[in-house]
Amino acid sequence: MTPIPNDVALNLIIFFLATFLGIELVRHVSRLLHTPLMALTNAISSVSIVAALIVLADPKNDLVLILVTVAIALVFTNIVSGFLITERILRLFRKRKDTK
Amino acid sequence: MSQLFEYLYVIAIAFFAISIRGLAEVKTSRYGNWLAAAGMAVAIGATLSAYAVQRIDLLIIAVVVGAIVGAPIALRVPMTAVPQRTAVSHAFGSLAVALIGTAEYYQRLPGIDPYTMTVLTAEMILGYLTFMGSCIAFAKLQGLIPGKPFVYGGRNFVSLSVLGIAVILGIYLIANPTQSFLLPVMAGFSILFGFLLVMAIGGADMPTVIAILNSYAGMSAAALGFVLNNQVLIVAGALDGSSGFILAVIMSQAMNRSFVNVLFGGVGAVVAPSAAGTSAAGARTAAAYTVDDVATILDNARSVVIVPGYGMAVAQAQHVVKEVADMLEAKGVDVKYGIHPVAGRMPGHMNVLLAEAQVPYDELWEMDRINPLFPETDVVIVVGANDVTNPAARTRPDSPLYGMPILNVDKAKTVVFVKRSMAPGFSGVDNDLFYLPNTMMVFGDAKKVLADLVAALKKQ
Repeated sequence: MTPIPNDVALNLIIFFLATFLGIELVRHVSRLLHTPLMALTNAISSVSIVAALIVLADPKNDLVLILVTVAIALVFTNIVSGFLITERILRLFRKRKDTK
Repeated sequence: MSQLFEYLYVIAIAFFAISIRGLAEVKTSRYGNWLAAAGMAVAIGATLSAYAVQRIDLLIIAVVVGAIVGAPIALRVPMTAVPQRTAVSHAFGSLAVALIGTAEYYQRLPGIDPYTMTVLTAEMILGYLTFMGSCIAFAKLQGLIPGKPFVYGGRNFVSLSVLGIAVILGIYLIANPTQSFLLPVMAGFSILFGFLLVMAIGGADMPTVIAILNSYAGMSAAALGFVLNNQVLIVAGALDGSSGFILAVIMSQAMNRSFVNVLFGGVGAVVAPSAAGTSAAGARTAAAYTVDDVATILDNARSVVIVPGYGMAVAQAQHVVKEVADMLEAKGVDVKYGIHPVAGRMPGHMNVLLAEAQVPYDELWEMDRINPLFPETDVVIVVGANDVTNPAARTRPDSPLYGMPILNVDKAKTVVFVKRSMAPGFSGVDNDLFYLPNTMMVFGDAKKVLADLVAALKKQ
């Protein structure tokens, strides 16, 4: 296996900028929507499925294969339920004129 | 030279960031959600195009299982149980990340460099402890285990020792990566620490705990991104981590807890009832009123603010609350809802419960906006809330609640307080509000009292 070139400093910069971006974005999120926000960001972080897929392309042994397959099932559960429940919650919010 | 799939990752990252921006307003929020889903599809598609998955059969099985489990959870869970669903998703997400990290470890043996091993170790400890912590949070929210904090002498010492052992094992593994038999032991101690951490936290602190676990789950995903040199994962994990962190800060401020307290998750120690607060209570009497008295007061009211707490949801009274509001509005009364940040069992939960009862969201007013309006409010109806209305938070420096931001309902002309009994709230502190001359206590189950109120209002 060829070692992946890993630019630690660059990744740290990306991490810090993304954290600041996240803080700014979340500060502007409507206070009404903090519950769906949590559902949504949780679904977004399920992009860790990408890591599992990369391992699945070249698993070294059966143990690795099992671990990654279980992880994909778990994380795909989050992807499906995360976006669906966010949609379900957001649909509940109606303005006065819409309900009357 | 970057490859196509890397450019697709850039698109996915942009979609994720813009999707959170969509939640700034209700009307753009649903587009935001779909944009994030599209970003996810792009990220998955890009990965599959760049890496040829060898075992398609296993991938399909895993995806089908995920869809079969995930869809019913999302579509059937009642809105009162959304905090439990959130705890489960944190558990699944962090366990998945921990398992992927574990797989990476075995995949790369024996030649793991110290940097990779360090990040992997941190990622696994965080992932496994968040997994177990979230399981306990779920069990507490679901009522499978008692919500009260599991406390014993020296518990901090025990908990930190357990974490310490996990960290020491991790450091040993970093130095000797081939000692793979230690990895399950380290995972076991991390899991035990997650168990102890959340067991020690009380049910009232669940909004903070859920937000902290959210942050931890995001951070462990970001750490995995560092291991794999995968920027989508770093950015998505950072967005999730910072979002959970901010929500935890908002929750902790709303409950008057310190920042450090939040960071280490050491929240929820039982607050000892203040001697001053309880001894004074003995001499005081609260005046009990009937539903008809309330109907008479409401008949003359022009502005009403309803202050709901989780007790309202427990009594399943949100729909009858909305009925009362509708009747008042039909008479030309101005009705608003005053929402404290910790109302409910997770951040923003009360808004969702009221939205489900078809309360229009422009009637939901957050604490900072509603507080200046109380002096001009004729009647406040408090349903299922307690500590967040206690004026002791402003007036009594000796109260455990002192300094906590509250809804200043005592400044309204009349306060109607619907409550099962005189029992104190989560904090164990007696509520000064009960004894004020402008407070009308109405005792009984929230749903029944409000249904009676609807009947009484109809008679008028």
